[in-house]
Amino acid sequence: MRIFRCIALCAALAIPVHARAVTPDEMLKDPALEARARHLSQQLRCMVCQNQSIDDSEAPLAHDLRVLVRQRIAAGDSDRQVLDFLVARYGEFVLLKPRVEWRTLLLWGLPPAALLAGLITLLVMARRRGESEPAPLGAEEKRRLAALLDKDRVEP
Amino acid sequence: MIPELGHYALILALALALVQSIAPFVGALKRDGTLMQLAGSTAVMQFGFVTISFAALTACYVTSDFSVATVFENSNSQMPLIYKVTSVWGNHEGSMLLWVLILSLFGALVALFGGNLPAPLKANVLAVQSWLAAAFYLFILFTSNPFLRLPHPPFEGRDLNPILQDPGLAVHPPLLYLGYVGFSIAFSFAMAALIDGRIDAAWARWVRPWTLAAWTFLTLGIAMGSYWAYYTLGWGGFWFWDPVENASLMPWLAGTALLHSAVVMEKRNALKIWTVLLAILTFSLSLIGTFLVRSGVLTSVHAFANDPLRGVFILAILVAFIGGGLALFAARAPLLKRGGLFAPISREGALILNNLLLTTSCLTVLVGTLYPLALEVATGAKISVGAPFFNLTFVPLFMLLMSAVPFGPLLAWKRGDLAGVTQRLTAAFVLAILGGVATLAAQGAAAGLASLGVGLALFVMTGAVVDLVERTGFLRLSPAAALARARGLPRSAWGTAVAHFGLALTLVGIVAVETWASERIVALKPSQSVALSGYEVTFEGTTDRSGPNYRERVATFTVREGGVVVGVMAPSKRSFRTREMTTSQTALMTRGLSQLYLALGDVERDGAVVVRLYDKPLVLLIWIGAAAMALGGALSLSDRRLRVGAPRPAVRPAIAAE
Repeated sequence: MRIFRCIALCAALAIPVHARAVTPDEMLKDPALEARARHLSQQLRCMVCQNQSIDDSEAPLAHDLRVLVRQRIAAGDSDRQVLDFLVARYGEFVLLKPRVEWRTLLLWGLPPAALLAGLITLLVMARRRGESEPAPLGAEEKRRLAALLDKDRVEP
Repeated sequence: MIPELGHYALILALALALVQSIAPFVGALKRDGTLMQLAGSTAVMQFGFVTISFAALTACYVTSDFSVATVFENSNSQMPLIYKVTSVWGNHEGSMLLWVLILSLFGALVALFGGNLPAPLKANVLAVQSWLAAAFYLFILFTSNPFLRLPHPPFEGRDLNPILQDPGLAVHPPLLYLGYVGFSIAFSFAMAALIDGRIDAAWARWVRPWTLAAWTFLTLGIAMGSYWAYYTLGWGGFWFWDPVENASLMPWLAGTALLHSAVVMEKRNALKIWTVLLAILTFSLSLIGTFLVRSGVLTSVHAFANDPLRGVFILAILVAFIGGGLALFAARAPLLKRGGLFAPISREGALILNNLLLTTSCLTVLVGTLYPLALEVATGAKISVGAPFFNLTFVPLFMLLMSAVPFGPLLAWKRGDLAGVTQRLTAAFVLAILGGVATLAAQGAAAGLASLGVGLALFVMTGAVVDLVERTGFLRLSPAAALARARGLPRSAWGTAVAHFGLALTLVGIVAVETWASERIVALKPSQSVALSGYEVTFEGTTDRSGPNYRERVATFTVREGGVVVGVMAPSKRSFRTREMTTSQTALMTRGLSQLYLALGDVERDGAVVVRLYDKPLVLLIWIGAAAMALGGALSLSDRRLRVGAPRPAVRPAIAAE
């Protein structure tokens, strides 16, 4: 429980509270498999921590999950299968990158939609501004302007 | 006696704030000079009383007066003096007092240095500022009073959380709050302008220095927090996309947009409505950040429900000010007159693109931060949004933004020549492509993103240099003439170039660390070594030491490069007596702009220690870049036209002489 209290306190700051994680005895012998395990760990949430991946957390649960991920990888699972396995067990909450589905539609859709809407608004406004610019001078206006300028030139 | 004095001073500040909320406002309505002038003195006095209150609380901490509940909870008589002082704001109650201290400081500064403001504008600004102050004084007095006494004072305090016993606590929160709260001035100016129904280029010139100052502090505050997290957290991450960090990033993004749109407004009298909206939004995001962090809603929705008074109070403040601000905006904005015209390809156009991309990135962070919360409240479903999400959404937006940065300063106002600017940026393009290709050649196709980052950073850096070279005529004119022009160049032009260069430096640091950092995690017994990127690190052994309020086990490592000893690193584990907590102190060795980073893991049964050794190439550039951005802000702030202020519209003779 101590870590929770500490997190609540540290909320005064704009820095998160994390601790260190992976220990040598957890690591896989094969560097390629271990690299995959590390990559996957960074996308999985330690469910008892605040916004921490299991790769960063030293909570016992994170340790168990790291070992589990490595077991699945050693058993020959693909990355996708490992993630599916964990989601089936712990729910979507375990994924730090939510999957695109109807309930995360706004999450994934809003940023590009906002960018698009902004661009369209700007284009429309630019076009409207272009229209509101004064029309070019007519022949009569040009003659009068020239006459005025000529008068100016003579007088001073 | 001292805590009661502090408590009383805060109540007096509230009374003054209430007067200041109404009198100058009425004065501005009735054009009553006396009532308007009242605001100046009450603002300064408010700051005086809050300072007394803050000093009283600090005195309680320094003298370890454990009859005060917050001192008992967060301090200890054995702590070094610096931590006794910093623990004043190392907790909820004290940090809110720091918040209002800075709020009243800004109010007093407007009162003292706002001599060139029109009286009704100044009065309204100070009135709005005081509404904010009153709301937060009430919040502190009713829900978060730091001066409450304990009936039976204990002998010893519970100590400050050991993670916070770090010099970072002395710098980070004050800087961050100077930034957060500084934006309140922009908000108050926007409100005052809307109340008055009048806004012009001079308004932008008055608002800009305050926004610049707040932005500069916020930049430093975020950078400082990032460095603190980097060296404290044990594996050298510098940004975690944690909601707490996002809460500080959002006002920064909106504030950056505000800085740029205020330039357009000042120079060209355009974008007025948008700038006012941004001023409201920027401070609203500061308030939302405060709410997110202070209400406990981030830890979990249930933490919020457990202690609802504080959360509901802040939520009410939030709704009142953001809702009120936006409502006033909706009512008055249509009255504001449209400003100067410009073609889409122009300096104005570039700055609008900047604003579009910055606000979209800000929205992305906001959605990512609040979505899990909203979804849980709405459907009960729990999802997580973490770093992988932001890397996929925020990073591309920011890359897009950076690719546009060099064009802005080179484009002319009103109607720019994109082809001409592209031609002037030839050197930047060539360098960017060379850098990108070199990265690809060195790293292989896997480093696609890294080469993009390197290219982009070089593009922005060269762009900033090209901008300065063009303005000073360094290559066209004689050195003496160029130097003279460099001296005559407005400080804000220097500020722009330096800040943009800094942004690119930060990008280089991030790319370098993300791409070329290497790590070794091993268990070492005494006299065993581990090798990493040309260094050989040997574990010499451990010694026990004792500090003022902790005991520590220090592990000593000798670092060799090519067989030659280049230094000693001594990370440690500290056990704090009072809280029975252990912290791990990392050891850093700086080599040029890179760092070797060593953190201790657990001590194993056979006397071996788990060692995490990281090589962080060019990591210091991340924060040097941020410091350069802040320097750019400070340079712009020292620009003559901001110091002098807007020229007063002189009473001209009826027939203007052209």
